Amino acid sequence: MTNMLQSRWWSWGFRSAVLLYFVLLIVFPILGIYGQSLSGGWHAFLDNVTEALAWKSVLLTVKLALISTAINAAIGTMAAWVLIRYRFPGRRLLNSLVDLPFALPTAVVGLMILLLLGPRSPIGQGAESLGFTILFHEPAIVIAMVFVTFPFVIRSVQPLLEELDASEEEAAYTMGASPARTFFRVILPCMLPGIASGAMLAFSRALAEFGAVVLVAGNIPGKTLIASVYIFGEIESDNPAGAAAISVLLLTLSFLILWIVNYVQTRRTGR
Amino acid sequence: MMRRLWIGLTVVVFGLLLIIPLFRIAQGAFDSGWSGFWHGLTRPEALHALLMTGIIAVVVTIVNAFFGVMLSLYLVRATWLGRKLKRLMNSIVDLPFAVSPVIGGLMIVLLMGPDTALGALLGRAGIDIVYALPGMVVATLFVTFPLVVREVIPVLQEIGSQQEEAAHMMGAYAWTTFWRVTWPSIRWSVVYGVVLTVARCLGEFGAVLVVSGNILFKTQTATTLVYQDVENFNLTAANAVALALAAGSVLLLLFMEWAKSRKEVH
Amino acid sequence: MHVEVRGLNKKFGTFQAVKDVEFSIAKGQLIGLLGPSGGGKTSILRMLAGLETPDEGDIVFHGQRVNDLPPQERGIGFVFQNYALFKHMTVAENIAFGLEVKKWPKAKVKERVAELVELTGLKGFESRYPHQLSGGQRQRVAFARALAPEPQLLLLDEPFAAIDAKIRHELRSWLREMIDRLGITSIFVTHDQDEAIEVADEIMIINQGRLEQKGSPWEIYKDPQTPFVAGFIGESTIVEDIASLRGFADAAIWPGTKGLIRPEYIEIGKESEFSLLSATEAGKVKHIHFRGSEWLVEVAVGGIKLVTYRSLEKEVLHPGDAVQVLVHRAYLFNDNDSWVMENKLKEDPMPVHI
Repeated sequence: MTNMLQSRWWSWGFRSAVLLYFVLLIVFPILGIYGQSLSGGWHAFLDNVTEALAWKSVLLTVKLALISTAINAAIGTMAAWVLIRYRFPGRRLLNSLVDLPFALPTAVVGLMILLLLGPRSPIGQGAESLGFTILFHEPAIVIAMVFVTFPFVIRSVQPLLEELDASEEEAAYTMGASPARTFFRVILPCMLPGIASGAMLAFSRALAEFGAVVLVAGNIPGKTLIASVYIFGEIESDNPAGAAAISVLLLTLSFLILWIVNYVQTRRTGR
Repeated sequence: MMRRLWIGLTVVVFGLLLIIPLFRIAQGAFDSGWSGFWHGLTRPEALHALLMTGIIAVVVTIVNAFFGVMLSLYLVRATWLGRKLKRLMNSIVDLPFAVSPVIGGLMIVLLMGPDTALGALLGRAGIDIVYALPGMVVATLFVTFPLVVREVIPVLQEIGSQQEEAAHMMGAYAWTTFWRVTWPSIRWSVVYGVVLTVARCLGEFGAVLVVSGNILFKTQTATTLVYQDVENFNLTAANAVALALAAGSVLLLLFMEWAKSRKEVH
Repeated sequence: MHVEVRGLNKKFGTFQAVKDVEFSIAKGQLIGLLGPSGGGKTSILRMLAGLETPDEGDIVFHGQRVNDLPPQERGIGFVFQNYALFKHMTVAENIAFGLEVKKWPKAKVKERVAELVELTGLKGFESRYPHQLSGGQRQRVAFARALAPEPQLLLLDEPFAAIDAKIRHELRSWLREMIDRLGITSIFVTHDQDEAIEVADEIMIINQGRLEQKGSPWEIYKDPQTPFVAGFIGESTIVEDIASLRGFADAAIWPGTKGLIRPEYIEIGKESEFSLLSATEAGKVKHIHFRGSEWLVEVAVGGIKLVTYRSLEKEVLHPGDAVQVLVHRAYLFNDNDSWVMENKLKEDPMPVHI
């Protein structure tokens, strides 16, 4: 009996501690930022959001994130396909390398791109002689975004390809379908949910990216200043309300994407 | 023929995007030879920054591993939480993934900065949160919270509660059941989640930059030092620290692969 | 252990899983909880075990109310549907778990494990892991593990569901024998009536959370108390217009009464096979199926379709044959009542003595 009482106290203590931690660490800060953005009323919020530079930075971020997502959807689908379907020397190594962008500090990623594409590097000079610059311009930002979001599409398409029953493909062949037709009518539809959810996660991550971008973007207001760097600037210049307003805009967008991905996944697995 | 083409294309993409940049860092760190690298890494500010990163990584990993496992257990098993509430909490857990690190940092500043009620209260008690170690730890805790939970929850769901119930029927209470029945099944997922957490702690930049104020010899971490070096055009020194971080990440990546293979076996 | 349950109720959300269930079980009996899936059998079992808390009602073991006792202290052995063996422990470690938890001395644990391994015929498999065993062996391990701490009550949730049909038979009789030898009170859940009839001393039929009937298999077959029980046990055909069948005209007295007829209530054959032609109906063979040990015959009587068996020894019937059909009895039921009615014309009005 004492055993029971003791365990009841313990479990009560554990439960409250874990729930409190959860609420304080996750729920509170998120509520806090929404509260702060609206602390000056709706008008102040709208003013902050529609401020020319702020709005431009958001649009730029969304545009570049979309470009990098499209690139990643293409590369990622190809890579997932190759890594699952083909056997070749070095496959395992490449497969492990996929996770590298997740493991690498984003500041290090930024530095890598800086070194590789800078004006003194061969690539930078090559681009220069062709008449455009990569570093501190939009291409550099896209490259940074592509790098940090590289694993998402691959990692969400791979399990689907693994699950895909070979007999489905064989059935298509027995019905006389050509390989190309089989790919587009049988295999691609199977991969599509993975490509979509991976792309959405990549998009949301690209919107949020800071470390890799801040070092390579040049951060010229109105031209290469993306939203997260804009927020950082507002914090540095002691304008938390302005920072919070843009943050809320980005957050809501990301939450929406996350929610859609979750919704689609639960629908798919039927849980 | 198609096969060759696709494989070739993939290898090229991987090479351009992942492998060459990695080598470039290594090469950059040794631009001024071994001594340049060694100097960049053993500058007093670099040592201090690495120490800060280490402290944060250790504290955050321990705290989040513990709370992450506990929360996963509750979210999957607890009958004292309503189903709807559990589902809501389950989706809230993911939110830090969707939050830009800069915004994560901003949240902490807004909530506990010196201008806020909580910050002022703690400040009067002599505890600085923002622009000090505690705030950096909290920011990293926030950013890394989902990692362990996301690894452990699917495994708990997959193994089901029957083995635990079987242990209960044989007289084992919660503590014994956890250590003897549940833990052996989730062990490798926890390890995997912990490795991810460590990697993220080492690499966390945005949130820490905002919260720390990046004060030399006080709140500077390895990543914010790299940032500052780059801003000061001190590329060789930046490269040295970056190489150390990258090496750490690659090691963790290898460890991750190993943990993943163990996870699949059990 | 003597088990008594009074007024048991359990809701999951708005779903009433268990409704006003009452029963008592004498020491040493083997009881089968039988019913369709989702009918509440497993919920009752889990409440007995303490894994679910009843909303209302008492669970009494040995005259002592145990509702507030956690599962750890109820002294019950539980065999789960998929056995729930500890994957990372060997057979011996699985069996020893409950004893170690109860802090038995090492030597005694070893002795008890050896004893159970012997009893369940698992000798030589002690150091195997569950994934290295066959389904039947896993079931034995689960059984041994549940028995190790010497429980007074053994609960088994669909113990044979995950086993091949062929081995299932063997295991059933093995389990029956084992429980007889140990004399332990046992309750098992099943949705398979053959299993319940073959193994259990008494069957409790559970449907939609209610206890429909409790009794020996023979009692339940012979005298079903509710239409559900009558329909669930054995094979049967429901006849809407039972009063139109010869010999059951009296059924018309109760409007809305339907009849349930089992294949074994019916006899069919050529005219020459019956001595009491007045009690039979003319029918036509629709289909015949060979069932291995007998014929299954579908026969139409007027608009009513009936199913019955026919011995392989008798003349083989063919689809389209005209036959006589004798319905010995029917189980009648309407919204208020249910009873068994014998064919009234079978009692020969003019007995002929030979």
